[in-house]
Amino acid sequence: MPAPAPARYRIVTRQDFSDVTYLLEFEHTAMARAARPGQFVIVMASEHGERIPLTIADFDRERGTVTLVIQAVGKTTREMQRDCQVGTSLFAAVGPMGIPSHIGAARKVVCVGGGLGVAPVYPQARAHHEAGAKVVGVIGFRNRELIFWQDKFAAVCDELIVCTDDGSAGLKGRVTDGLLDALSRHGDVDEVVAIGPPVMMKGCAAVTRDRGIRTTVSLNPVMVDGTGMCGGCRVKIGQGIKFACVDGPDFDGHQVDFDDLMVRLTRFRRSEGEAMARFEESCRMRDEAERVAREEAAAALALRPESGERRSADA
Amino acid sequence: MSTKTAAKKKTIRTIPQERTVAPEQDAAERVRNFDEVSLGYGLEQALREADRCLMCADEPCVRGCPVGIDIPGFIKKIGEKHLHGAYNIITHTNLLPSVCGRVCPQENQCEGVCTVGNTLAPVAIGRLERFVGDTAIREGWSNLPYIESSGYRVGIVGAGPAGMACAADMAKAGCEVVVYEAFHQPGGVLKYGIPDFRLPNAVIDAEIAKLEQLGVRFECNTLVGRLFTVPQMLQEMGFHAVFIGTGAGYPSFMGLPGESLAGVLSANELLTRCNLMRSRDFPAFDTPLQPGRQVAVIGAGNTAMDALRVSMRLGAEAVHCIYRRSRAEAPARAEEVHHAEQEGVQFHWLTSPVEILADIAGGVRALRCVRMELGEPDASGRRRPVVVAGSEFEFPCDSVVFAIGTNANPIIGQTSRLALDARGYIATDDELRTSMVGVWAGGDIVTGAATVIEAMGAGRRAARSMKAWLGLRDSSAIYGEPGGGERRFGIERSEHGLARLRLA
Repeated sequence: MPAPAPARYRIVTRQDFSDVTYLLEFEHTAMARAARPGQFVIVMASEHGERIPLTIADFDRERGTVTLVIQAVGKTTREMQRDCQVGTSLFAAVGPMGIPSHIGAARKVVCVGGGLGVAPVYPQARAHHEAGAKVVGVIGFRNRELIFWQDKFAAVCDELIVCTDDGSAGLKGRVTDGLLDALSRHGDVDEVVAIGPPVMMKGCAAVTRDRGIRTTVSLNPVMVDGTGMCGGCRVKIGQGIKFACVDGPDFDGHQVDFDDLMVRLTRFRRSEGEAMARFEESCRMRDEAERVAREEAAAALALRPESGERRSADA
Repeated sequence: MSTKTAAKKKTIRTIPQERTVAPEQDAAERVRNFDEVSLGYGLEQALREADRCLMCADEPCVRGCPVGIDIPGFIKKIGEKHLHGAYNIITHTNLLPSVCGRVCPQENQCEGVCTVGNTLAPVAIGRLERFVGDTAIREGWSNLPYIESSGYRVGIVGAGPAGMACAADMAKAGCEVVVYEAFHQPGGVLKYGIPDFRLPNAVIDAEIAKLEQLGVRFECNTLVGRLFTVPQMLQEMGFHAVFIGTGAGYPSFMGLPGESLAGVLSANELLTRCNLMRSRDFPAFDTPLQPGRQVAVIGAGNTAMDALRVSMRLGAEAVHCIYRRSRAEAPARAEEVHHAEQEGVQFHWLTSPVEILADIAGGVRALRCVRMELGEPDASGRRRPVVVAGSEFEFPCDSVVFAIGTNANPIIGQTSRLALDARGYIATDDELRTSMVGVWAGGDIVTGAATVIEAMGAGRRAARSMKAWLGLRDSSAIYGEPGGGERRFGIERSEHGLARLRLA
């Protein structure tokens, strides 16, 4: 069986924003060239891994790299947090997938990113900025320690509103409060782009619905292939059913049935819980084994203060 | 032994009367594993079955085969115990005998028209083909023809049966062939769809290895249309011709209340998770499935049979097949329905679902159905099912699987200007040429959901047309009828190379 060339998905940057959020930048020249804002990739960390969809947080055509920001919430993302270091490679990454975001002639756009949604809304903010629109960025985090990419947003936004749930930085409140703040001061917003957890996107859509502002949200339901073949990612849009992988992932926020989406996201909760418990157990065993090995090595070293290798290297 | 009398003229009275039975795993045993159900013929059984072929002059079986395998020819070689010879004859037209011998609907094709079948059970052509193919894999035979490079590059989109067949023919014609596949493994529906107990992955891998020996290169994790487009393949990536065999995507649902409940999924999702992603081995493999205990599968095609039988093997207590017509109209192969019945699947003919009922946790509690009866024939010639008034009933289940067909996958249409037909499939002419010069398409993305062998036939048909267009000699075409065709520069028109010229 032809294995994909490992160098293709080599990780060149790893950055940890918090104990659960981390950034991976991997090499894929063709994907970096093809990627557009709003698209996603499907990643497999290992041969036995599952296929997980992740929205592209950034791409660099010159370096030939694609950036993902990942939250360690389940077994796979936890394992990736442990194993994906600079120099290692992903087993597979396929994309860009999905229809790119429509970067139209909007003159003023509010880009809202909540929590992990901050990363994927960045390429959209940049694209609108490059297209000549006034961009108001609204990014929200739980607290000051979790803030990332504020400088990147500042570079492409005409105005940036940072919100924290506990008020430790910026505006105290959720991104919907930041969005209300932005809309109260800008009466001429053409479009709102909101990316984040479903409940946050639902909140943003509720804010803009009465005001009649076009609102685009990016949905990330459970997927397998990402090519329209399995139908696992079906979402209710208005009266119809759409597949997020090939009909989206961007949809009109006022048409999305978020409650349905939230129910569907919990489809595999039982298995996810099982996998997580098993993974934690295996980590504990591994840490234990490593600790024992370290202690044994230390004990061995204590008997021979200088090793043979060291001496020969000095000579 | 009967084969010694092969020289004598055979008649319907002299051949073995009973069709040779292929050993099978016992039903009670096999519902607990994913090993292959049919164990296939041994040499003894193959010789006996080969002896049942009358070698009739008419050869209806050859016409019944979508790729026109010389069926009496290879059966004769089996009778002579010249298995390599039989393999040579089959691979002359069909690259994947181990696959086709297992998954072709032979009862509607070669075996359906077999002369012996007029009086007795038809010759078990599929089982004989599989026997030859499996022998070749076991013995490591492969027919590598002498290939002279033609200098042309051919790109193929989709590593399923259509793409594999086209790739093989173009590689044999001396083209440099690259096959792009969106999944992380080649094989398409053979890998993600058809379960191991019908077609073991080892067989597919063996067949793919043969393609690689022909020089075909597989590039996985590549979503054509999004990573690069079909026009880019021709204009920027240096491909002289492209074949699109992306298959049927986009499973249909019915729009019933309750379809988004956890536990409701398409057969494609169930099969992909189980087969390709190996969720049946969860947690050793990470992909979850959470199979139901009481499973209802809607539909009665081959995919439905696969979903039913997979559900049995995943440990369901009861598996129900819900179909709105009767058994006679079920599109699945007779053998599949038979196997499913043996394994304990409960069939509910003339039954149609109307609503999926939820439990308090957002899962499925029950399926509400109505009884149907058959009315007047519809456009497909089958009698239209009509609801029996007041027949509503519900039965408990915790998983509902839809296997009612697929719609066209939109990706290629979204990302190129290829003309599509009214249903969204790629429009082609008789030679499978699309609206874009240098681009062919075939298989399910042209016809809608069909069979593996039909997709392979399409791949080969496209390859023939592609060769003619590139000006490559086609070993299956008849040349040299003087004055038969228009000639330019003393060369027949069909032999002119018409590919793009690239200067500098």
